[in-house]
Amino acid sequence: MSLDILNLTDRTPTEEARRQVEICNACRYCEGYCAVFPAITKQRAFADGDITQLANLCHNCRGCYYACQYTAPHEFDLNLPGILAEVRQDSWDRYAWPKPFAGAFQRKGTPIAVALIIGLALLFLALTALRPASGEGFYAYLSHGGMVAIFAPAFLLPLATIGIGLRRYWAEVGGQRITFAHLRDAVAATANMRNLGGGQGQGCNFEEGDRYSNRRRVAHQLVMYGFLLCFASTSSGTVLHYGFGLEAPYGLFSLPKLLGVPGGLLLTIGAGWLIRLKLQSDRDLGAASAWGGEVAFVLLLGLTGLTGLALYATTGTALVGPLLAIHLGTVLTFFLTTPYSKMVHGFYRLAALIRDAQVRL
Amino acid sequence: MTDSTKTWDVVIVGGGNAALCAAIEAAEAGASVIILEGAPLDYRGGNSRHTRNFRCMHAGPLSVLTDRYEEDEYFDDLLRVTKGETDEDLARMTIRTSETCLPWMEKQGVRFQPSLSGTLSLSRTNAFFLGGGKALVNAYYNRAADLGVAVRYEAQVKHVDIQDGVFGGVDCEIAGQPTRINGKAVVLASGGFQADLDWLARAWGPAAKNFLIRGTPYNRGVVLKDMLDQGAESVGDPTQCHAVAIDGRAPKYDGGIVTRLDCVPFSVVVNRHGQRFYDEGEDVWPKRYAIWGRLVAAQPDQVAYSIIDSKSMDAFMPSVFPPIQADTIEGLGQQLGISGTVLKETVDKFNDACRPGTFRGNELDGLATDGIEPPKTNWARPITEPPFYGYELRPGVTFTYLGLKVDDTARVTGEGGRMSNVWAAGEIMAGSILGQGYLAGFGMTIGTVFGRIAGREAAAYVA
Repeated sequence: MSLDILNLTDRTPTEEARRQVEICNACRYCEGYCAVFPAITKQRAFADGDITQLANLCHNCRGCYYACQYTAPHEFDLNLPGILAEVRQDSWDRYAWPKPFAGAFQRKGTPIAVALIIGLALLFLALTALRPASGEGFYAYLSHGGMVAIFAPAFLLPLATIGIGLRRYWAEVGGQRITFAHLRDAVAATANMRNLGGGQGQGCNFEEGDRYSNRRRVAHQLVMYGFLLCFASTSSGTVLHYGFGLEAPYGLFSLPKLLGVPGGLLLTIGAGWLIRLKLQSDRDLGAASAWGGEVAFVLLLGLTGLTGLALYATTGTALVGPLLAIHLGTVLTFFLTTPYSKMVHGFYRLAALIRDAQVRL
Repeated sequence: MTDSTKTWDVVIVGGGNAALCAAIEAAEAGASVIILEGAPLDYRGGNSRHTRNFRCMHAGPLSVLTDRYEEDEYFDDLLRVTKGETDEDLARMTIRTSETCLPWMEKQGVRFQPSLSGTLSLSRTNAFFLGGGKALVNAYYNRAADLGVAVRYEAQVKHVDIQDGVFGGVDCEIAGQPTRINGKAVVLASGGFQADLDWLARAWGPAAKNFLIRGTPYNRGVVLKDMLDQGAESVGDPTQCHAVAIDGRAPKYDGGIVTRLDCVPFSVVVNRHGQRFYDEGEDVWPKRYAIWGRLVAAQPDQVAYSIIDSKSMDAFMPSVFPPIQADTIEGLGQQLGISGTVLKETVDKFNDACRPGTFRGNELDGLATDGIEPPKTNWARPITEPPFYGYELRPGVTFTYLGLKVDDTARVTGEGGRMSNVWAAGEIMAGSILGQGYLAGFGMTIGTVFGRIAGREAAAYVA
């Protein structure tokens, strides 16, 4: 730790995180909470890439903050979850490609709202301009070809740019060749969000200060599994369409609906719950500078689920047209902002878990 | 002075581990309980917030504890460090009771974790708190809140009102406002006096002003002194404190665990005149760190310097401040503010006295010097590989020994015999059992055992 501990303002987030991590490495009381602390104890000196890795490995469970004997007003002034969140935000900006978009939708809610308005407008425009002569269900409003023309690039291009970012991340943290064992370990940690479990399944410290709670962990998993179900629903529709010539609309007991309806419900409920918990938590223990962007992102994610459900609920009514535009516009906005919004946390978090598995296994 | 009209069943003076255990036990028994914590909320918990484990007897694997650790072995360990300065009956009762404490603690919400990496090998004897002592304190405050215990922070008790051996209330200042708190029973759990440097200086001499206090600045012994002034029976050497050698750049108070330095056995240690003064390699560090506080306290200006070279840098746990670094021994001496020439002479003499042999950092390797005074009897490797590193050492006070004498029901005795409704727990009475030295995690054991007893006894008294 540097001795000029009172001179906090001159340090970059990475330098400040290094100062704090070195104090943690001399203490080690928090070893049992999550993957971050055992990773810290493996080293004595921390390069910038090491700090980036720790920042992305941190799930912001905050157990360490509430247990810490060195938080303000103590002169050591530790707030590890807070500073790692800031470093994490910075790292996503740094890896983002192309550069001008870096952080465009990370910090503030307004850009996401603007993007959503543009997305909705584009879809209303598309529905007006590309309205097919005939078609069933929502293909009566926008042809299958039209949807593919819009969403194939809107899905694949963001994925490709995230791939570029992940490559940069991997180089900076010194990642090696990934084996099945690394992947299995990281996916298992994601599947039950182990690192929001407080080390013993008691949960994290979020909406109730120093009391442990699993609410945030559960809400996050509702969103995550809801999202994955929705994604699987769309994928299954694609397979049915191209593989079996079965075209939408699908009935309730079809794969797309059996995956999509529960997925939409989980996504909507989970997102609402997450925002509620977020409103009860202490902003300074996360990336305070990105609070608005995070809330807007969760809202957008919840909105994709909610609008999808609404679209299904109004099947056969005159509302299908406008709701289709709203739902597809929301989804489009979500996809296009993904590389530059909080959504990237999932990709980098998984990468950090894989890298951590490489160090441990 | 404002007079609070309510009369509490049990008034708890202090807000650390012992106080909380007493409060929870009393509240569970149905008593109305108020905790008067001298510190503000951010610093609540006294020295408990800096702790990391408690020493626990067990007949077989228990929670995170491995193997077994039975009464006689535990007591032998205590005898060794106290050199007999203990009360065998009280000590054995404490040891036996510790086994039932661990499940009780878990029931109150305290969580344990396996012993930490790079710590002394304590997995058999000491149960580590997940997140350390502050997490334990948080768990207890939450439990106490759920039981309806009232807590006042910044509540500094100035006087314990005892008439003819019977407690009636305390006079305190709560956030600066003079307040009287009335109660039917009191548990005194307000710690020792190690943060009162004037008191330490009276006991130790002016050198004590240069000591660093490792823990809370709020343990100023006000209640202890008030009780002694009222004729309460005391125990423990009033002139002694437990001190270890820590990083000289640590904060004056509350530096806690991270300021410890484990480099001494791999170094030569000199005073400000550049001279060695004790065998740095006498024994493994966990068995020697406690005497180095005293050794450094006896040196001019209560300061010493631990000198190592680059080959030893990874042999010990990292500490909070980076060492002073130089490419030559002379340069290192100058940077440390001592004579580079003399330091060079001392290191050269030491290097010449080193003999060939195999260095083994984690055991007594017998790699000793030959022909110098004082010798270094283990880990004596010449200091030759730049860059060279230096750490400043100062005595860091952990706790004081003087306390209130209690019996096995945690009851305090005054001039007129056993007081009817005054109990004590934690550091304020630990000298009853720990008269000298220290055994890792034993302070928390004493606090938990006596806190619980005091809370139960006090609640039974008012019931």
